Amino acid sequence: MQAFLHQLLSGLANGAIYASVALALVMIFKATHHVNFAQGELAMFSTYVAYTLIEAGVSYWIAFVVTLAFSFATGVAIERLIMRRLQHASALTSVIVFIGLLVAVNGLAGSLFGSSIKQFPSPFPSQAWYGTTYLSPHELGMIVVTLVVLAFVFVFFRYTRLGLAMRAAAENPASSRLVGIRVGWMLALGWGLACVLGAVAGMMAAPILFLEPNMMAGVLLYGLAAALLGGIDNPWGAPIGGFIVGVLENLVGAYLVGSHLKLAFALFIIVAVLVFKPSGLFGRTVVVRV
Amino acid sequence: MTVVTTAASITPVRRFDQRMLWLAALLALAILGPLLVSDYHVFQATQIVVYAVAVLGLNLLTGFSGQISLGNGAFFALGSYVAVILLSKAGVPYWITPVAAGAVCFGAGYLFGRSAARLEGLYLALATFALATAFPQILKLELFERWTGGNQGVVLSKPVSPIPDLLGNDQWLYYYCLAVAIALYIVAWNLVRGRTGRALVALRDHPVAAATMGVNVVSYKSTAFGVSAMYTGVAGALGALAAGFISPDSFTILVSIQILVGGVVGGITSIFGTLFGAAFIQLVPDLTKKLSEVAGALGMPALASKLSDAAPAVLYGVLLIVFMMVMPGGIAGLVRSARARLTRTRRNHVKT
Repeated sequence: MQAFLHQLLSGLANGAIYASVALALVMIFKATHHVNFAQGELAMFSTYVAYTLIEAGVSYWIAFVVTLAFSFATGVAIERLIMRRLQHASALTSVIVFIGLLVAVNGLAGSLFGSSIKQFPSPFPSQAWYGTTYLSPHELGMIVVTLVVLAFVFVFFRYTRLGLAMRAAAENPASSRLVGIRVGWMLALGWGLACVLGAVAGMMAAPILFLEPNMMAGVLLYGLAAALLGGIDNPWGAPIGGFIVGVLENLVGAYLVGSHLKLAFALFIIVAVLVFKPSGLFGRTVVVRV
Repeated sequence: MTVVTTAASITPVRRFDQRMLWLAALLALAILGPLLVSDYHVFQATQIVVYAVAVLGLNLLTGFSGQISLGNGAFFALGSYVAVILLSKAGVPYWITPVAAGAVCFGAGYLFGRSAARLEGLYLALATFALATAFPQILKLELFERWTGGNQGVVLSKPVSPIPDLLGNDQWLYYYCLAVAIALYIVAWNLVRGRTGRALVALRDHPVAAATMGVNVVSYKSTAFGVSAMYTGVAGALGALAAGFISPDSFTILVSIQILVGGVVGGITSIFGTLFGAAFIQLVPDLTKKLSEVAGALGMPALASKLSDAAPAVLYGVLLIVFMMVMPGGIAGLVRSARARLTRTRRNHVKT
């Protein structure tokens, strides 16, 4: 029972990471109908930036904020420079460009920072100050940070004019343009925010996974599974899907198939959702008229 | 799909003699070249032939039937493992193994394609991406370790030339791979020009119209997947024979990405473009290695190590983006439009 509880709680902690990545994927999908295969690699690159700052003597939380700013700028730049040319591109073109971005960022990180495995610091104390050992302070911290970020995203999209404008631009670009919203820039801001979410996930995951250029490959797969499970066009579904996938992954790994098949489990979720319920748990069923 | 749609399948057989001339020259180069160069270059040429078959497999699927696959690396791995297991555990003669690998991969690809037949564009890309990422883990499974060798992989002894006085082992293997590849190219050429090819292109360009015309969507799509997997699997088997060693870590998502790069650079809707693509993915890492040696010799060791570490990856990535934006038809598209321009001016000249 104790082991089960431990698996459950640490699954929730992993789920927090997947939730952030899934939400980032959904934000970009909703606005542009592209799946950002490079999301994980961009997050990995941001984490390297944070690592470099911390190594240079900057305190953790300042490095954290600077990294978020850097990620935001990177996201906006990528949208402005590359992705806006893809607005009317076919699925094949966009997939190839995203894969190109994935490979390029991965290679760039490898050549700038080296491919050796690095230990990334955790901002949370190593000793539990509360009375349980089911959850390490870092895992608890991951969940709390993710929930804070999710709350921030919710408030931003629900209660600010800018958030409303971004939602409008994603939902109906033509009408938004008519009421004076600069749709192009809204998409760029969305990309920036998605990269910020990814960076948070990367920095939270790095103390557990250790920092190296391929750190986020598995996380991206779980993020995709989470986004599909929650419904890839539903921002609410993504975090829920993330927590579900995190918990299931741990339980299945511990009790059913063993830890060697965890990635295959993500593959199973992705294929099963796509084949049997493409709209996911909370997504909208799309009916195409021919 | 407008961006990559080309006239590949409807080009009339005009200027037949000149094309045959090019083809004959290419064949002569492929047959005579390896007699004159060192063993290492023969090995490189073998790799190019192997990649060409793999890229051809992707082009048949993605270029002609319009199904995006980021997972052909998984079939490459499957083909390699089938060949190696048959060779090392069952003692089958090496020259049968590509046939067996092709058959197994056709089955696997057909089944995967059948279950994924209702996925379109992006979603198929997602599913195949997941397949390629997860596949090395499946290969490492303890359950199969008796056959696959687990993490350690398997070492093979290279096929021995039956005529050692005439051809070395490397040259013999090269000619074997070349023969298989030529057969597969002829099959692909006929497949694409015939009824099947027309049905696939129709499915790619307008699925609804194709279905209305009586094209069986699910059957054609899954067969295309099977054929593509078969080509990739044969390439995997040949690659394993040439490399002499396989392990799960040789088959990461990077293999799929390499095949994709080959397809895009050569021209994804082209058959002979695959040759350019294959040469590109084989020669670029060598080229960056040379560059890094030059940088090292010039007294820039930091730059040298950076170049050799990750430059091919960065170059692959940047080229994928640039090609899709600037010349989505790849090198084959460039050649085709150049030739069209040339003939057009010539004909105008005749008219006036």
